[in-house]
Amino acid sequence: MTTAVLPDTNPRTRSWWRRNQQSLTPWLFLAPGIVMFVIYVILPIFQSFWLSFYDWDGLGEKTWLGWGNYVELFDDDAFYTSLKNNVIWLVLYLLAVPAGLAIAVFLNQAVIGIRIYKSLFFFPFVISQVVVGLMFSWFYAPGFGLFYKLVEWLTGTGVAVLADPDLVTYGIIVAGLWPQIAYCMILYLTGLNNVSPDQIEAARLDGAKGLKMLWYVILPQLRPATFLAVVVTVIGALRSFDLVSIMTDGGPFGSSRVLSFYMYEQALSEYGYRMGYGAAIAVILFLIMMVFISGFIWKMIRDEKEGY
Amino acid sequence: MRSIRKASVAALAIFAVAGGASLAQDKRTLTYYADFDPAPLAAFEAIIADFEAANPDIDVVLQNFDHEGYKTAIRNFLTADAPDLANWYAGNRMAPFVESGQFQDVSDVWADNNLSEALGSAEASMTIDGKQWGVPYTYYQWGIYYNKEVYDEVGAEVPETWEQFIENCAKFKEAGIDCVTTGTKALWPGAGIFDYLDLRTNGYDFHMALTNGEVEWTDDRVREVFANWMELVEPGYITENHAALDWQDAASLLIQGKAANYIMGNFAVAVFKDGGMTDNTLGFMPFPTINPDVARAEEAPTDTVHIPAGAKNVEDAKTFLAYLATADAQTKVNEALGQLPINKDSSVADDPFIEAGFELLSTTPGGIAQFFDRDAPAEMAKVGMEGFQQFMVQPEQLDNILERLEKARGRIYK
Repeated sequence: MTTAVLPDTNPRTRSWWRRNQQSLTPWLFLAPGIVMFVIYVILPIFQSFWLSFYDWDGLGEKTWLGWGNYVELFDDDAFYTSLKNNVIWLVLYLLAVPAGLAIAVFLNQAVIGIRIYKSLFFFPFVISQVVVGLMFSWFYAPGFGLFYKLVEWLTGTGVAVLADPDLVTYGIIVAGLWPQIAYCMILYLTGLNNVSPDQIEAARLDGAKGLKMLWYVILPQLRPATFLAVVVTVIGALRSFDLVSIMTDGGPFGSSRVLSFYMYEQALSEYGYRMGYGAAIAVILFLIMMVFISGFIWKMIRDEKEGY
Repeated sequence: MRSIRKASVAALAIFAVAGGASLAQDKRTLTYYADFDPAPLAAFEAIIADFEAANPDIDVVLQNFDHEGYKTAIRNFLTADAPDLANWYAGNRMAPFVESGQFQDVSDVWADNNLSEALGSAEASMTIDGKQWGVPYTYYQWGIYYNKEVYDEVGAEVPETWEQFIENCAKFKEAGIDCVTTGTKALWPGAGIFDYLDLRTNGYDFHMALTNGEVEWTDDRVREVFANWMELVEPGYITENHAALDWQDAASLLIQGKAANYIMGNFAVAVFKDGGMTDNTLGFMPFPTINPDVARAEEAPTDTVHIPAGAKNVEDAKTFLAYLATADAQTKVNEALGQLPINKDSSVADDPFIEAGFELLSTTPGGIAQFFDRDAPAEMAKVGMEGFQQFMVQPEQLDNILERLEKARGRIYK
């Protein structure tokens, strides 16, 4: 087949191609992807490292600062606020995994119209993060928001979540959890389809039911789904940006910033254009992400070797 | 064979380009990038039509951008594919482009057309290193917009001094009305309050020194500004939750009579009137006097047009700038904008707020400031405005805020 695609009259080339066909073909197919990945992912990583040692406004001359940007970063309150918020995001965002599981188990039954219920639960993941952010900022809006009114009715004074420096990050995370739970739910629903009925049957004969059944029989079989859900959620938490940008713009006075937003603010926003400083934040964020990503990759390689 | 075909295609392409160019020879193209809202856009299209009628050999191609997107786009197109004319702002906002050599010196346009006299009020804000870098075409006043019905309701008089203003606030508070409203989600509305308190407490020269980084933020005079501000913050005279509100949200509080005063720029009048207010219910007053020994200074941000360094048709661009500076052109543009012309021979529209603004600015003894985020460098503006917002929410953090600003000052103005 391949020879038909590549008609070549030179017998030496053809024999070389014949000999190496098997090993070359995968690389040929991978080449477009690899080129894109190198240009748009790998190179920018090194460029960020390099840029983070300079002071540059994006227009004029770059000046070499050495570790200057990092020294300033570690003395920057806004950086620690962002870091703290990133940790809160990471911890609370993981709630999406058990919540998604709970809904998936709940929906995994044969009733009339279950597909409709499933799609309704999945709906928040379909709408754009920007729309989610807008809806929740109206939900929280002081004066007319549903949540504000509800709290006012219950306690007498309304709480403007997005104006309160202590509550604002939690308010945004709740908005972020809504679509993320739906995503985890779908991952688990597909996983539940593949749970072997024989094992459930056997477990039932042995008298397992309820939580025990879930914990000892179902969950081990859902490990691939759990792994995927955790990976997606952790990455999602670390790169959370759109909701912060839409709902608060990092405010009030920077108390809802996360690292990715702070990076954008410093490097690209209206009052920013400190490319070097932004790059330094990006490097820190990259290093944090690398801890998780290499953990995930290590686990995947180990699983592959064990033949999961 | 193939190379011959390629060459002939290339030749054809070159011929086509050359032919196109020679066709356009009798009309020279002048590209203009701008960030107008619909009403100003219509005004500028009219002005451009007039200009083209007067200069039949010039064809102005206006490319309009979204207002916010333009602020990012300008950095790309100035370095990559510069137009012949571009909109921007006066004061320190144009400094990065001037210093990196992205804007052209247009001092000759100023000298040839005697603009130093005609546009005298804006000359200082257009000058860096003794040269002028663009032509201003409009500005607008800031001040206090108030709801007249609410003033009548609680029996408050329009105040002249800060003490009277604060006394009124107590009356409004009693009636359950926010004395001062603002929406600081986008931060800059808070800077308007700070600027005015500073201009009335310490005056224009101090404002410029502070935004130029020549005064410490922990200075007693800065603390005095915050002490005056505290008279509004501590008793809760400012709209609660302002940090979650956009400036338009706060405007609707004033429209609904839930708030009495709004320190804003004249562009807000359109929003008030869209919300149903009329000249009978909406009032305008200059910011009240705090220290009678300080000469009255005002804020009037100026919008400008510049020639990028990479412009291809500089000659015609200068002709356009000279035209835009004329009294007639400025009258026409500003009538449509609902703002004030800079050329002193222009006439202003028949509108109480425009007339009040013209009166206010033309009689200002102290000086005309641009705005905190145009007078201060961008980074300082950002840190500062965050501080102002935090002060209005957590006034007890004042010392921390001022130390943070002082730290930023030490870093930014090197």
